[in-house]
Amino acid sequence: MINFSVNSNCWKKYRRFTLLLAAARLETKAPARRREISPQDVLRTLPYEEIPFISILVEVSCVLQVNSMDTMFSAFETVAKFVSDWGTLAFDTPYARAVVFGVPIRGHLLVEGLLLVVILFLLSQKSYKPPKRPLTKKEVDELCDEWVPEPLIPSITEDMKYEPPVLESAAGPHAVINGKEVVNFTSANYLGLLGHDKLQESCTKALEKYGVGSCGPRGFYGTIDVHLDCEARIAKFLGTSDSILYSYGLSTMFSTIPAFCKKGDVIVVDEGVHWGIQNGLHLSRSTIIYFKHNDMKSLESILENATHDNKRAKKLRRYIIVEAVYQNSGQIAPLDEIIKLKEKYRFRVILDESNSFGVLGSSGRGLTEHCKVPIEKVDIVTAAMGHALATEGGFCTGSARVIDHQRLSSSGYVFSASLPPYLASAAITAIDVLEGNPDLITKLKANIATLHKGLSDLQGLEIVSHPESPIVFLRLKRSTGSMKGDLQLLEDIADHLLKEHSIFVATSKRSTVDKCKLPTGIRLFVSAGHTESDLAKASESLKRATALVLAGQ
Amino acid sequence: MITIPYLTALTTYFSYGLLFAFGQLRDFFRKIFDWWSHNSLQGYAPICLGLEDFYIRRLYLRIQDCFNRPICSSPDAWFDVVERVSNDYNKTLKRTTRVDRCLNLGSYNYLGFAAADEYCTPRVIESLKKFSASTCSTRVDGGTTTLHTELEECVANFVGKPAAVVFGMGYATNSAILPVLIGKGGLIISDSLNHNSIVNGARGSGATIRVFQHNTPSHLEKVLREQIAEGQPRTHRPWKKIFVVVEGIYSMEGELCQLPEIVSICKKYKAYVYLDEAHSIGAVGKSGRGVCDLLGVDTADVDIMMGTFTKSFGSCGGYIAGSKELIEFLKHSCPAHLYATSISPPAAQQIISSIKVILGEDGSSRGAQKLARIRENSNFFRSELQKMGFEVLGDNDSPVMPIMLYNPAKIPAFSRECLKRNVAVVTVAFPATPLLLARARICISAAHTREDLIKALEVISRVGDMVGVKYFPAEPKKQQLEGEGIKTD
Repeated sequence: MINFSVNSNCWKKYRRFTLLLAAARLETKAPARRREISPQDVLRTLPYEEIPFISILVEVSCVLQVNSMDTMFSAFETVAKFVSDWGTLAFDTPYARAVVFGVPIRGHLLVEGLLLVVILFLLSQKSYKPPKRPLTKKEVDELCDEWVPEPLIPSITEDMKYEPPVLESAAGPHAVINGKEVVNFTSANYLGLLGHDKLQESCTKALEKYGVGSCGPRGFYGTIDVHLDCEARIAKFLGTSDSILYSYGLSTMFSTIPAFCKKGDVIVVDEGVHWGIQNGLHLSRSTIIYFKHNDMKSLESILENATHDNKRAKKLRRYIIVEAVYQNSGQIAPLDEIIKLKEKYRFRVILDESNSFGVLGSSGRGLTEHCKVPIEKVDIVTAAMGHALATEGGFCTGSARVIDHQRLSSSGYVFSASLPPYLASAAITAIDVLEGNPDLITKLKANIATLHKGLSDLQGLEIVSHPESPIVFLRLKRSTGSMKGDLQLLEDIADHLLKEHSIFVATSKRSTVDKCKLPTGIRLFVSAGHTESDLAKASESLKRATALVLAGQ
Repeated sequence: MITIPYLTALTTYFSYGLLFAFGQLRDFFRKIFDWWSHNSLQGYAPICLGLEDFYIRRLYLRIQDCFNRPICSSPDAWFDVVERVSNDYNKTLKRTTRVDRCLNLGSYNYLGFAAADEYCTPRVIESLKKFSASTCSTRVDGGTTTLHTELEECVANFVGKPAAVVFGMGYATNSAILPVLIGKGGLIISDSLNHNSIVNGARGSGATIRVFQHNTPSHLEKVLREQIAEGQPRTHRPWKKIFVVVEGIYSMEGELCQLPEIVSICKKYKAYVYLDEAHSIGAVGKSGRGVCDLLGVDTADVDIMMGTFTKSFGSCGGYIAGSKELIEFLKHSCPAHLYATSISPPAAQQIISSIKVILGEDGSSRGAQKLARIRENSNFFRSELQKMGFEVLGDNDSPVMPIMLYNPAKIPAFSRECLKRNVAVVTVAFPATPLLLARARICISAAHTREDLIKALEVISRVGDMVGVKYFPAEPKKQQLEGEGIKTD
């Protein structure tokens, strides 16, 4: 807003000038006296503060005047004179000025006005863009022709052509391979429930009643009463309020995690977690921070860093994800310490009990019972049922809120066909058997201890797993330097064991998409079904095979 | 392409608007109530933030009795639906002891292998006795039994590929295979209505994802040309490889894939074809070999063939079939092969046996009859529904036929009224379909008799009149109208 002549008497002056102007206009009607009135004449009668404003008025009146002129020539003459007069006035006169926001502005106003016009003109123009020349059809055709894709798969090398031994019997503690009975340490049949009479019976009944598959996802008539019974049975056994069944152990974790963790959330996770969890983390798109494998100090410092001075972190959902017994190392997570940290920093805990459910704790209720932590303290518990329960699928358990949320948000639950009913029925029976026979767990623990003792003086390999872990994890004492080399060496030991000693063990192979960096090793899954002599034979054979293979290296 | 009538679109939007407004109102009062009672979070962030679970709380819960209905028999042509009651306005549902015998139009029991079968069941129980219910081990460790190798040979032979690998879950097959085959620098061009497992697999792979219009080969070609010409985003390096992922039968549309066109385009532009035959394998084709069989596509032109055993074979699990090298590579590096428990032996046996029945290797012609029956049943049911004036999606020969409902209030109405008359249909709403396009989906089985279908048609027609979902006038005028509908697509 431009405020002309803020002086107290400005209005009075203005009125006086308009009167004067009217008089001037009257006078100009007389052609003879026309030239005697020039802007200067008018201006001279005025106080200089009002000049620029008045000048506009004069200009208008002069144009009106020109219209009434008789000849074009005289009009041009008048205008030319008028412009030249005003030019000199605007640049030369020391009196010309206006007051804008109380700041007096002198003759440069015109220049600035012009500049403003130029700027506005330039702004109104489109910015310069290099002319767009889309590719012609011919060029695109050429590009398409030239493009050479990589082959579908990389070339197959010899070591990729691994064919696992084929079992000719059930994968129990003793199995038949190539017509020869072997002691099987590759099956996570911890409680020896595989082939248990009661399980077989319940499976047979379910197969006869329900058929094999459920032919639909849970939402669309794929919910069979045994699924609901199984969910209730698991919840009752663990003392949680509800649970949810998944049709595959692997998909349990990679569906549960993205159901809760979304973009922007913070997940602190052990670096040794298995692929199912890694995939879940990837799909969640959350911010992921790894802590050193099973290292509580590292966990604490990361939690401290993640929350310290970070007010935003308090509003984000925060999770810690750990495995109870790590599939990649056989170590057991110290849950009591994790719970302390979780409560201090207000993180939720997602615990994968795949290898501890039915194994740890005096009644097989898993790591929570083992560490004497009430299960309510762990927010989300998941487990695969393809281990101790000797069936298939997985479950997640926790508060009713946590479970109900998954029923519509967990993709592996919503979009996948439900667990075959006979496997759910087997899970119910397996829990019944487990609850009725606590001696199974005692036997398993004794077996683990025996094998540990038997392998304690093993040369060349060391036990890295926890003494109570059902996975006995053996690692090379001296690595060859590369994971591939290590794996080859371990593979040789395993081969030798199977061929010469009829002991069936497996190495921990890694998928190309697995990000776990922990060293590979030989994994022995101990079962309650193994006899004393099996274990003694296994440790003896391992010692001999290792010595032989490492010596021949 | 679905052409939604103008008025219906308007009323549907209005319905959702109303539901949303009332939901917000209830949330508002809930917030006041929560403010009075103390905050139970104790410093933890809430499990669901803001509107994340709004849909579940305020829309889904009101009609949740239409979903997850428990059954207590095999999902055969007729099954027993357990009645549920709610004492807290549908928040929780409790099972009662009452059971209704209903006609099953919901399960993916295309060939009728869900129920006990004279050929399969004895063999399944035998393998249970021999191999137990599980192996408790991964395929690569100690979870490969003779049954598994036999199954893989059998599947490869059935789908017409040199080799195959099987997994214990169909969903995991897609979501674990894609990340192995393609990664950063690769491009996945996916049909816009592909199943969630493919979407998750593609996301998990880290490859760039582009979408082409549902079942439109011309748009696929356009996307392919654009992408090959442009290369990777920002760096403009050429793509490492391009996957085109399509499904054989789209489970929510009932449409058959336009495979011949898509395959020829992929061949032209050197993209690899990944075909998900979850719903089509076993169900369509002269010998039940899926869409390739039906549409006359050479299986050699499809690089990766994926399918599941949950549907036609009445079992569980999934497979990948392809060249020998591809399968060797997958067996070396696929996480589902390395880390997941192998497929349960009785389920494996069910697949082997049902394939034998389909191929007539059991010494009977039951398989051929089943295939003929499902085709007849599907085409009869579809044409009858269309005659009645329902808006039915999908192609002939496809056993999946969605009936469009649109308005949210029609979802529970249709589902409950059908169930009252002992016909169990599936209604599909938002997470599985776009918000506006709610539908009822009917899956026809070879196990249905003509009487079953006629009864179902009567019930659906009556309920359709009641609920008002016959969007087209009945028979005579219908042909003409449909012609117009196609033009305005």
